[in-house]
Amino acid sequence: MSQWKNFSKGFFKENAVFVLFLGLCPTLGVTTSAINGLGMGLATTFVLTMSNLVVSLVKSQIPDKVRIPSFIVIIASFVTMVELLMQAYVPALFEQLGLFIPLIVVNCVVLGRAEAFASKNNVISSIIDGLGMGLGFAFALTILGGVREILGSGSIFGFKFIQGDGMLVFVLAPGAFIALGYLIVLVNKINKKTA
Amino acid sequence: MERRLKMANKKESTFISMVLTLFLVTFIASAALCYLYELTKGPIAASKLAKLNTAIMQVVPEFDNAPGEESFKIDVDGGTLEFFPARKNGELIGTAVSTFTNNGFSGNFKIMVGFLPDGTIHNISVLEHKETPGLGDKMQKNKSDWSVQFNGKNPVDFKLKVTKDGGDVDAITASTISSRAFCDAVDRAYKAYMEGGQK
Repeated sequence: MSQWKNFSKGFFKENAVFVLFLGLCPTLGVTTSAINGLGMGLATTFVLTMSNLVVSLVKSQIPDKVRIPSFIVIIASFVTMVELLMQAYVPALFEQLGLFIPLIVVNCVVLGRAEAFASKNNVISSIIDGLGMGLGFAFALTILGGVREILGSGSIFGFKFIQGDGMLVFVLAPGAFIALGYLIVLVNKINKKTA
Repeated sequence: MERRLKMANKKESTFISMVLTLFLVTFIASAALCYLYELTKGPIAASKLAKLNTAIMQVVPEFDNAPGEESFKIDVDGGTLEFFPARKNGELIGTAVSTFTNNGFSGNFKIMVGFLPDGTIHNISVLEHKETPGLGDKMQKNKSDWSVQFNGKNPVDFKLKVTKDGGDVDAITASTISSRAFCDAVDRAYKAYMEGGQK
């Protein structure tokens, strides 16, 4: 598999949200606006890339029976790092995402890639895989956040283009499921055409 | 071929190797986190302080002291109110009170109320809440002008209750519960302020 294919599979063919249905908890939880989705996606991308890098570096040194706890410790460390850094340098975004940042630890995309990809492949492929899957995740969250923000509050990335409130249901929890459902239909259609 | 080679390289799961691996992984992870914690401690404290100061600045007249350093706490109704006295040239010109209510539509929320020394409400800002978007969140200044009606009112002759309950506060349309809770929080702050919050 060429490295470009390895990178780009995260966007459509194996998109974590639209195709694999992994990490849906933060997906549904934080995407009330495009900027929240993007922030969460980039935080996850950082964790995913770094954990893939470290896991693939140490994979031959870790005995099979303790590999899951070891991976989780590695992932949790990077998540805590993201949390501290965001709290220090982007407090406004941290306040919005708050609870969901520590939850990246249990995002199945991260452990899934560590176990299924990084523990079997070399360092370069693992970094590219992490970047691709992470940015694909960020892409999905930004689109979903954008759709919900446009329909729900009549703005995009915080710029208001209609006065007053939009269809409020899209900002609330049920709107997340509705919007995600239609986006999945769309992405499946695109994937079918290209396949 | 490559895969078989890798399998051979893989460490075996013996008791010693497992304990050692887990120890090393956790040790390196904690060391890295310790270092980063020390590194970010300063900026995190600074950004928290800046946030507190902006919240105080919004609700009291201009001051020249550091209200965050002179703050004190009073326990009421199973919670804690925090008082931030604002002074200019050493004289008390207002107090910002961080207050709470447990009667919100989605549980508790916190607001910051600024009082002048005679108990008049100067301004109010919402610190954190989980009220319904589009309804209860109209209490935020950036969503609607609803909370402006409190400014310049003294609770001595301004009853902190919604008109439905015989008070003087116009409730947010379709959000009577949030409005009631808001009044409850302001009222709690006012009572505590008059009973020893003026320092």
